[in-house]
Amino acid sequence: MPKLSPEAIHAIVKEEFGSDAISDLDNSRTMPNFTVLDHSLWQPIAYFLRTDERLKFDYLACLSGVDYNDGTLGVVYNLESLAAHQHKIAVKLKCTKENNRVPSVAEIWRTAEWHEREAYDLIGIVFEGNPDLRRILCPEDWEGHPLRKDYKVQEYYHGIKVPY
Amino acid sequence: MAETLEYAPKTRLSQAGADRYIVEKEIETEYMTLNMGPQHPATHGVLRVELVTDGEVVVKATPYMGYLHRCFEKHAEALDYQQVIPYTDRMDYLSAMCTEHAYVMAIEKLLNIEVPRRIEFMRVIVVELQRIASHQVAIATYGLDIGAFTPFLHIMRDREHILTLLEWLCGARMLYNYIWVGGVSHNFPPKFKQRVAEFVKYYRPKVDEMMALLTENKLFIERTRGVGVLPADVAINYGCSGPMLRGSGVKWDLRKNDPYSIYPELEFDAVVPDGKLSIIGDSLSRHLVRCYEIYESLKIIEQCIDKMPEDPNFDPHAAVPKRIKPPAGEVYARGENPRGEVGFYVISDGKGTKPFRCKARSGCFVNLSVLPELAKGNLISDVVAILGSVDIVLGEVDR
Repeated sequence: MPKLSPEAIHAIVKEEFGSDAISDLDNSRTMPNFTVLDHSLWQPIAYFLRTDERLKFDYLACLSGVDYNDGTLGVVYNLESLAAHQHKIAVKLKCTKENNRVPSVAEIWRTAEWHEREAYDLIGIVFEGNPDLRRILCPEDWEGHPLRKDYKVQEYYHGIKVPY
Repeated sequence: MAETLEYAPKTRLSQAGADRYIVEKEIETEYMTLNMGPQHPATHGVLRVELVTDGEVVVKATPYMGYLHRCFEKHAEALDYQQVIPYTDRMDYLSAMCTEHAYVMAIEKLLNIEVPRRIEFMRVIVVELQRIASHQVAIATYGLDIGAFTPFLHIMRDREHILTLLEWLCGARMLYNYIWVGGVSHNFPPKFKQRVAEFVKYYRPKVDEMMALLTENKLFIERTRGVGVLPADVAINYGCSGPMLRGSGVKWDLRKNDPYSIYPELEFDAVVPDGKLSIIGDSLSRHLVRCYEIYESLKIIEQCIDKMPEDPNFDPHAAVPKRIKPPAGEVYARGENPRGEVGFYVISDGKGTKPFRCKARSGCFVNLSVLPELAKGNLISDVVAILGSVDIVLGEVDR
C-alpha cells in the first residue's frame, strides 16, 4: 500500500463518517491536521484510523493538551502509520472550559493512557473512559492545572510557601 | 513440599504468568506490597514503583513519578524561543545535544529557514558523540544494576574523552546550550576534527573490549536473556521508540524513516537484534541494540568528518536570526534520541517572541509506561534487570 497524502487520508475519513463529523483539512506546511467536530464519533473514528487497511495509524506519537486562552481547550493527536505505510496526520479535538470532557482513546492506543493522565494533570481535560485517570506529574492533592493560561499557583502546600 | 510447576491453573502463581518457578504447594499465600524507590540505586533517579508481590513474583507494578517535575512547559511559555534551549538540556541531561537538536528543528520549521550545510555536519557530529556518551552510561549502569562493576569503570574512562571533547568545544561537560536556532554557539576549534577522528580510531577497539567484557559474559547473558520480553505489536501500541522498539525487532529509526538534517546522505543501519544471542524483545536485545548503535554512530562520525565542507572564515552565527518571531502556526518536530523519539509540539500565535505552547514528548516517559506490562509475572530481582534495560532518565520523564 502506498504512502497517502494528508488530503487522501482526510477524504477517506470523510467518506466513512460524513462531512459533519470532521472539519475541512488544514493543510499547513508544518503540520497538516483536521478537527473532529462530533465528540461522540471520536472513538469510532480513532478505531477506524487504527484498523483500516488503507490508513493503519498504529502509532500515537504525541498527545498534547492545549489551552487556547479563549475559553476553549484542545487535544492534539499526532498519528503515524509506523509498521505499514509511514504516513502522518494530526487530529484535533476541542472542548470548552466548562464542559471539559472528551472521550478517551486509551483502549485504542495504550500509550494514550499516560499521555491523557498528563493532559488531565496539567491542563484539566477529563478523558472519559481512561482506566486510571489520576494526576501523574503533580502531587495528588495539588490545586489547579498548571498549564491553564489563567493558572494561579496556590499560596501554601502542606504549610510550605509555594511562590518564591 | 517443593516441586517445579509446569502449569497449574489453580495457583496464584500461574495466574501471574509465572509457570517456571518453584513454589511450595498447599501453603496459603498473601499479596504483599513492596515499594521500590524513590531512593533506590536501581531506579536511576527518583522513581517509585509500587510492586504487589506474591512471594517473589510481581503481580502488579505501578510506577509513580513526578519527584523531579518542574513544569518545563510552563517555563517555556514565559521565555523567548532561544531561552528555552538551556531548559531542554536539563530534560535528558545525558543526551542534552540531541534534545536541543529536536527543539531547534521545531523552531526552524516554524520559521521556515535553511541552515548552512556546514552547521548541519557540526550538529550531527556532536549529536552522535553525545549518543555514544549516552549509550555508554546506559550500558555501564545496566551492568552495575545487575552486579557487573568492572565494565562501568572501563566505560566511564572512555566517556571522559567525549566529555573532554565537548568541553573543549563549548565549555560545558553535560549541559551545553550549543545548538542554536539557525546555527551553533561556537565554531569547531582548530584541530577539533583531527581529535574526533583520533577518538574514533581509539574507541572502536574499546567497544570490542566492552562487548567481550560485558555482553559476551555468560553471567550477564543468563541474567538478561528472556527477561521482560516485549512483543513488537505491544511495543508499537504502547508508543515505544528508540532502542526499546528496535529491541523488539521493529526496524524503525527516525534518522532513516523520517530523515532530518543530513542523515539521508550518510550510510548507516538501523540496528535490530538478529535473535542469535538473545530472544527478540528481551532485555538482552535492548542492550545489544545500544551496543551496536555505538558502532553505527562511529561510522556516522567518520563520514561526517570526511564530507564536512571546510571554510576557514566560517561564522557559526551567520544564519542565527536576531529576533525570533515566527508566523502563527504549529509544528511537531522530532529527533531520534538515544532514549527514543523526542518531539516538540510548538504553537506560535504570531504575536510575540515566546511560544504560546511548547509540549515536549519524551521518549523515556512513554517507554516507562510499558513497565507494568513487562514486570508482571517476573521475579522482583528481574524488575531491576528490566528497568535497567528500559534505560530511563528521570529528568526527562518528569520534565
